[in-house]
Amino acid sequence: MSHPSTYTPGSGFERWLDKRLPIVRFGADFMGFPTPKNLNYWWTFGAILTVCLVIQIVTGVILAMHYTPHTSMAFASVEHIMRDVNYGWLMRYVHANGASMFFLAVYIHMFRGLYYGSYKAPREIVWMLGVVIYLLMMATAFMGYVLPWGQMSYWGATVITNLFSAIPLIGDDIRTLLWGGFSVDNPTLNRFFSLHYLLPFAIFGVVVLHIWAFHTSGNNNPSGVEIKDVKKDAIPFHPYYTIKDGFAIVVFLILFAAFVFFNPNALGHADNYVEANPLVTPPSIVPEWYYLPFYAILRAITFDIFFIPAKLGGVLAMFGSILILFVLPWLDTSKVRSMRYRPVARLWFILFVIACIALGYLGGKPAEGVYVMWAQICTAYYFGFFLIILPLLGLLETPKPLPRSIAEAVLKKKDGGGAEVPAHAAPAE
Amino acid sequence: MTTSDNTADGDVTRRDFIHMSHIMATAAAVGGGAAVVWPAVHQMNPDASVLALSTKEVDLSTISVGQAIKVMWQGKPVFIRRRTPEEIAEAEATPVSDLIDANARNDNLPGVDATDTDRVTSRDGQARPEWMILVGVCTHLGCIPLGTTAGENRGEYNGWFCPCHGSHYDVSGRIRKGPAPENLLIPPYEFISDTVVKIG
Amino acid sequence: MTMKNFSRILTATLFTAFTSVGVADAAGGKAKKLEHQHWHFSGPFGKFDQDAMQRGYQVYETVCSNCHGLEYLSFRHLGQKGGPFYLDKCPAGIPDNIDCSNPNDNPVVKAIAANYKFQVTDGPDDSGDMFQRPALPSDRFPGPFANEQIARLANNNALPPDLSLITKARHSGPDYLYALLTGYEDTPDTVEIAAGQYYNPYFPGDMTQNMKPEFMDHGHAIEGVDVPLGGVLSMAPPLSDGMIEYTDGSPMTVEQYSKDVTEFLMWAAEPKMEARKSLGVVSLIYLVILAGLLYWSCRKVWSNVDH
Repeated sequence: MSHPSTYTPGSGFERWLDKRLPIVRFGADFMGFPTPKNLNYWWTFGAILTVCLVIQIVTGVILAMHYTPHTSMAFASVEHIMRDVNYGWLMRYVHANGASMFFLAVYIHMFRGLYYGSYKAPREIVWMLGVVIYLLMMATAFMGYVLPWGQMSYWGATVITNLFSAIPLIGDDIRTLLWGGFSVDNPTLNRFFSLHYLLPFAIFGVVVLHIWAFHTSGNNNPSGVEIKDVKKDAIPFHPYYTIKDGFAIVVFLILFAAFVFFNPNALGHADNYVEANPLVTPPSIVPEWYYLPFYAILRAITFDIFFIPAKLGGVLAMFGSILILFVLPWLDTSKVRSMRYRPVARLWFILFVIACIALGYLGGKPAEGVYVMWAQICTAYYFGFFLIILPLLGLLETPKPLPRSIAEAVLKKKDGGGAEVPAHAAPAE
Repeated sequence: MTTSDNTADGDVTRRDFIHMSHIMATAAAVGGGAAVVWPAVHQMNPDASVLALSTKEVDLSTISVGQAIKVMWQGKPVFIRRRTPEEIAEAEATPVSDLIDANARNDNLPGVDATDTDRVTSRDGQARPEWMILVGVCTHLGCIPLGTTAGENRGEYNGWFCPCHGSHYDVSGRIRKGPAPENLLIPPYEFISDTVVKIG
Repeated sequence: MTMKNFSRILTATLFTAFTSVGVADAAGGKAKKLEHQHWHFSGPFGKFDQDAMQRGYQVYETVCSNCHGLEYLSFRHLGQKGGPFYLDKCPAGIPDNIDCSNPNDNPVVKAIAANYKFQVTDGPDDSGDMFQRPALPSDRFPGPFANEQIARLANNNALPPDLSLITKARHSGPDYLYALLTGYEDTPDTVEIAAGQYYNPYFPGDMTQNMKPEFMDHGHAIEGVDVPLGGVLSMAPPLSDGMIEYTDGSPMTVEQYSKDVTEFLMWAAEPKMEARKSLGVVSLIYLVILAGLLYWSCRKVWSNVDH
């Protein structure tokens, strides 16, 4: 941890332990980590995501105690969980809806990072580790969705694994390697189960690195101005942010519970309650909602780009749309972090959010007519935002004057200076 | 502790952290957390499909006198022998003082002496000497004793014989010779008609 | 960014999630719009109606089960808490030592299993042969056909789907099922249908294929003629008024039969629904109270910090 340790061992045992395994010091320093005092509710999603990961791992381990990864029994074993296992229905619905909640939270977390420039120096590694986590999440969720072995599981797996066949020369071999056969079948299901169990622990590991990284650089904050004076600008993480995060987590759990208990299948697809049948394709294959924007980008490339055939182009665009996030810290040339002080960038950002939501909408529409055209426009904007707008804006735009410190930013807001009024602006009781 | 710029005394006092609101919120969170543990643990208990097989009804009408059958109950073999009058007489004549284990080991009648009558008493308290029903797992180290299928070695006491370490059981399933410490266990059972017994 | 903005964007995100799912629904076919029925089990406090489920089971057993299985259900499920034949306490004449709330000992369930129209294939017996025996509460429902091929042979090459999950395996399952069962219509004059096929405006399909040539012009219906909604299926209208004898005085109509069998099949697909909703109410109340306490606590902690 970057800040000087303030822990003093109280008892003889603590001194003894501290020389051998300074775990109490670690915990104390973690809890006392100087955190900018102006973090808003958008900053609670990190803690919410940690809770999501823990919920998914716990319920997932439980489901694995009852699930059978075999094509002839997978669907039936899920029904066994739903009907006979004690609280099995709860475990499965929490796990299935938990995936959606996880992605909802991660998208908010990512848009927050984009808006406040949390990817900029010295936080490039924090951001890139975040993108790694996101990629691992997508792989994990995709393989998890195959496990119930419903129609959507099977055909989703077929469509996505076929994407790899677009790779020139070795595409077909890669696909065969993924399948372990000549189509999605039992070997595929078995390895997906194995990897679906493994990857969350990999995510957990990268999350530790992610947290380590921003404990080294310090948190970003809504003003984008670094902590100048720890005494004036920062407060200890505990109790201020433990309790604020705790409140946000519980509010998030209310939404989560509303889905699990009162509409557990709203985010799923009816076809996945039909057992997989390699002879019948459902009328429309639609991925889960959190993949829809990428699905739209995939299908938007309907034309050859020079020597790249459309099929490969779509795959490249889809993977490129995520991989581009890795170089974002170097694409954005602005010296100012927070878009709070970048009025022009803010407009382009809002347009970007709209484009992403529109892509999500279009991903669920049939790939025909006007939908394709809109998907192409939004895809062009998606890439244009990163490759043209952000690099140019940094050079062209004149940002608003930055506050000298976090404390000043807070005072200014309190005087009613800023357009945004914090949730706690009411006078203290 | 870091101070905030406009706090009069400069320090967040200890009193702030033990305010009623924190105590209540913590108590509620801990209570909720504890409640969540139950489903996560209870899911490991036998599920409904397992419980459905925790009892077994067996039709005895096809067993002739002197014959024995094996049925599976809760993953273990249960021996059911329809004993001949001679076998019954022999079993009843054995004094408890001759036995290695004087306890009847009957789940239907806990704690009583190992008389033959108490070994054949069902949950409803009625003794049916003709029907010897017991769990076919040797009390020594869990092997399955021989003697149920016709032609198998029934041991020196004409009951069952465990080939693993040489335990001999009599026709009442009581241990008479060898390393096994206890009589063969009588499972809970009751007759739901003259010819149908429900085990479990 | 304020709490208000936060909630607004959250709502927007969720709205997108919902609409995209809704969008996927619509892509299927050009079937007639489903009418929304009132169901006992809808809403956060909805429960199954046991009498309706019992009648629905009667409909299933008399009619549906001739072609459609109930693969993921065991007879014992009928007698579990919340099930159609659950008994709180035993009816008169049952010995004291029987616990009728235990689905495996429930006398109604035992009788249903033992007398079920299909028997369970068990074995092999001592001579190595498979044999048929009456079902036990612990057995799954034996299906009408031994395998898919036999089912297709018996049904004009159509495969009757299993019904254990049917209400969850179709969009707006209960409304769809009710509409399909009650919605059979005479074949419109503009279309031609093969023998063994039946027209239903609620069945997903595309009737363009069945249009008579005189009403078509280059793949489109001619001026003034509409392609009928819906599609054709291999199931003849399965229900008719009076075909099943109800003993509780409920109307013996196709509508009532359809409603009852839908209630039963919704339970069959989601047997833990009542437990789920009641746990949900408790959980939500708890979470809202906890959120309130934490908010209070949060205000307290932050009260001496400018932020």
